[in-house]
This record gives sequence, C-alpha cells and structure tokens, in this order.
Amino acid sequence: MNHVANFWPLMGVACVVIGFLLRLNPMLVVMIGAIGTGLAAHMSINEIFAKIGEGFISYRNLPLLTLLPLAVIGLLERHGLREFVQSAIAKVRAASAGRLLIAYLFVRQVSAGLGLVSLGGHVQMVRPLVAPMAEASAQARLGTIGERARQRIRALAAATDNVGLFFGEDVFVAVGAILFMQNTMRALGIEVDSLQMALWGIPTALCAFAIHAFRLYRLDAALATDDALPQGQSTPAGAV
Amino acid sequence: MIISTVYLYWLAGALLLFTALLVASDKDHPRRGWSALFWADLGLLFMVGDKMPAAVVGYQVLGLTAIATLGGLKKGPTRRLDAAVRMASALRLRAKLLLPLLTIPVLTMVGSVVFKNTRIGSLYLLDPKSQTVAALGVACVLALLYACWLTCDTPVQAMRQSRELTDAIGWTLVLPQMLGMLGTIFVHAGVGDSVAYLAKTYLTIELRWVVVAVYCAGMMLFAMITGGGGASFPLMASGIGVPILIGVFHGNPAVIAALGMFAAYCGTLVTPMAAHFNLIPAALLELPDKYAVIRAQAPTALAILVVNAVLLYCLM
Repeated sequence: MNHVANFWPLMGVACVVIGFLLRLNPMLVVMIGAIGTGLAAHMSINEIFAKIGEGFISYRNLPLLTLLPLAVIGLLERHGLREFVQSAIAKVRAASAGRLLIAYLFVRQVSAGLGLVSLGGHVQMVRPLVAPMAEASAQARLGTIGERARQRIRALAAATDNVGLFFGEDVFVAVGAILFMQNTMRALGIEVDSLQMALWGIPTALCAFAIHAFRLYRLDAALATDDALPQGQSTPAGAV
Repeated sequence: MIISTVYLYWLAGALLLFTALLVASDKDHPRRGWSALFWADLGLLFMVGDKMPAAVVGYQVLGLTAIATLGGLKKGPTRRLDAAVRMASALRLRAKLLLPLLTIPVLTMVGSVVFKNTRIGSLYLLDPKSQTVAALGVACVLALLYACWLTCDTPVQAMRQSRELTDAIGWTLVLPQMLGMLGTIFVHAGVGDSVAYLAKTYLTIELRWVVVAVYCAGMMLFAMITGGGGASFPLMASGIGVPILIGVFHGNPAVIAALGMFAAYCGTLVTPMAAHFNLIPAALLELPDKYAVIRAQAPTALAILVVNAVLLYCLM
C-alpha cells in the first residue's frame, strides 16, 4: 500500500485539533474534520455525507442517556428539589464542600467498581443533588460565597463524578471496557482473562482516589481563603 | 423483544418534537424559529432517521451544524414557579422529593440484572442487544409517573420543564453522537494505520521506560483526539502494546491492557471531544466557561497519568 497517500487523512485529525484549539464551535469542528478527512481519503462528496449520516444514526443511543431522565428532574426541580436539598444541608453543620465531594467520590467509585454505574451521573445526580449540596454546605460553613467559588465547586462536582466513574468501572468484570479490551487483545492473538484485568486495575483505582480526594480536601482551605478576598480578585496560584 | 430500543428512540423523538412545538409557540424566545427547526429535525432523525437514505441524514446533520454555529440556538426564558411556592412545596414534600430521582438508577439496575434474560412467551422482555438502555427507558417512564403522582402535577408539565433543561443543554446534546460519527470516518479513512506505521518506524525500542512512556502518552493523546479509549486502545495496543511490551519485554498482558486503558481515560478527562463527560455537564450546570469541567479535572488526570505509567513499568 502506498504509505504516502495514507498520511493525507491525518490532515483531518489536524483540522480537528486546530479547530478545538481555536475554540470554534465543536459541531463545526467535527463537520470540518469529517469532510476534510473524507476528501483527503479521496471519498466523493455524496459518499462522505452518507458516511456522516450512517455514523450519526449508529450512535443514536448516546443522547438517550441524557434525554430520558430530564422530564423527571425538571418536574422535581419545579416543586422545590433544590430548595429542599439546600435547607437539609444547612442544618448539617459538619459537612463541607470538600468532604461532601470526597464522600461522593468514594460512593461513585465503589459502586462503579461493583458494576452499579448508573448510581451517579451528571443528569441524575450531579446537577440535581451533588452540586447544590456542595454549594449549600460551603455556604452554610462560610456564610456567603462568591460566584466564582460557586462555579468552581460545581465544576469539581462534575469532575468528581467523572473520576469516580472512570477509575472505578474497570474494576468490575462485566463492564463494557473490560470486554472491549478482551476482544481487542484476542484479535491481536493474545488471550487475556477479564478477572485478571479487573484486579490489576485496583492499584491505579486506589491511587486515583487518593489523588483526587487530596485535591478535594484542599478545596475547603482554598474556599476559605477565597472568601477572605473581595469578590472578583483572583486566588493565589497553586490553589485548587 | 417487548421493550425495544426503537420505542425509546420514538419516545426521545417525541420529546424533542414537543420541545420544538413549545419553543415555536413561545413568543418570548429570542430565536424561536431556528431553535424549533433544530429540535424538530433532531426529533425527526431520532424517530425515522434509520429509514432515510444515509446521505440525506448527512445533509441534515450539516443543516443542524449550521444552525448551531450561526447562533440559531439561544436559551429561552425560564418559567419557574414563584420561589415562595417552591419553598412551600419543599417543606411539604421534604425527602420524598428524592424518591422518584433514586427510582431511576434502582429500577435500571433491577431491570438490567434481574430481568436481563426474562422472556414472556417467546419474546425477550428487554432488547437483548442493549438491556441497560431499555431498562433505563422503563425506569424513567415509571419514575415520571411516580413524580407526577407525588407532586400532583401532569406529565405535560414535566415535558415543559424538560424543554427548559433541553434548551439549557442546547447543541451539546448532539455532540457525543457527532464525535462517534467522526470516529467511524477516521477508521474508514485509515487514519489508525498511518499512525501505527509512524510509531513503529520512529520509536527506540531498547529502553523499557521509553516504550512505557510512549505507550501511555499515546493512549492519552489519541483518547484526547478521538474523545475516548475506543479508537485509542486498539491503535496503541496493536502499535506498541502487543508487539513491543509483550513481544519484546514479555510483559503481563492483563496489566498492559488494564493500565493502558486507564492512560486513555486520563486523556478522556481533558479533551473537549469527550462531550458527554466534559461539555454536557458544564452546560447542564450552567457554567459560563464550557471548559470548566476539563480545567477542574486536568491536575487529577495528569497526576494519575504519571502514577499509572510508573505502576505499569513496575507491575508489568
């Protein structure tokens, strides 16, 4: 096969990287990347759009994970879900944003490691529960918190959900990723035992918990310092 | 099967069409024409997209991209109940508000574990190709009915509320799907083969730590480029993992596979390509910086990448 000709589709990858670096609208970046890669691989325009359509339809199940629970959450929020959570947390003096998120990291990671990956999630848990709870506990502890602090707490709540999921789920034997790895290795001529792969995931999973929990532990100190500054001033470098 | 994912696509499609209708009839919406068109077309693609010719779908995706890029999707006005009313409701219902929410994961797990292979007559209860999604669909419908009963409200009102949330998420809803599509184009165009060729030609394979470092960095880099480990793992496993780490250094395949995948996950944590995990939550949490979640994750991801690489070097 002609290796020189094979490298042109990499221009498509370069387009995507540059597009994201330029902060263009991601949908636009994807389309340019798809069309660019297709053209570089000498596909006809119709063929390119057919492949785009095919790929789009084959991944239809992804938005379902976000769309289906929305009606329930919308309705509960309308009837005071957030207010209830905030007033409940305000009564618990011991909780702080950092400690709450560490507890959530633990629950998320352990349940993912037991195969219960649907016990968390951004739509089901982070937006309606975890983020408001963290914000409210920081507020209860510090009095008032600025808008920037709020946003940081929310972003960290989402980050905690992701870290807990990614570094917990590969410890469960029957999860998609383990089966995927097994199939890939098998196709390359190597048989790997899924239980072995799951167990070898444990050291990294523990380290991931330790690293992220330490950052969350530092959050409380950072929030307290931030609070001492007038709103709008930046925190010292090195803070969480 | 009785509960097929096709019904869920119809449900999602109907939800989006209803959203489009609400947006179109909302006089205070800043971009009601274009937004309604976006949601309506997306709903249509969900419902009957697989029956259309593929190229037609492709052109519609181009249309959706155009609307999104040119600012056709703006968030509509929110219609909340008065704060006092919400507070009163919170005081009245208290912890019971959490129950419909928790019903979703509980029923999803019950469905996908207990009813996994259940049959009624000769038909499977849940779609055998994706039991978890089918179970999730059923769980959400039941949770919605429960929530309506609990709050003495109607499903229609729930759908109005979901319209606001959908509006807030905007086009990021479709982004994971777009990226999956891009991945298939990359594979079809042979991008993976080019990269493996480059790796084999230019890598010094005498030093084990160099190979381990390149393996992990490569996993992370391609996960960043393609939005996940799906393309990254086969690429690096076939390029470096199997021929060099196993072939030359006789490493433990289970360790090499498992820790390689974790290196890829470090990449997933810092890339906008992983829209479902990084961009949608930022939009859902109404953060003005759409990369806020990535920023929050980056230090963790980099630290784990290094620790994981060291573990791989020691344990293999």
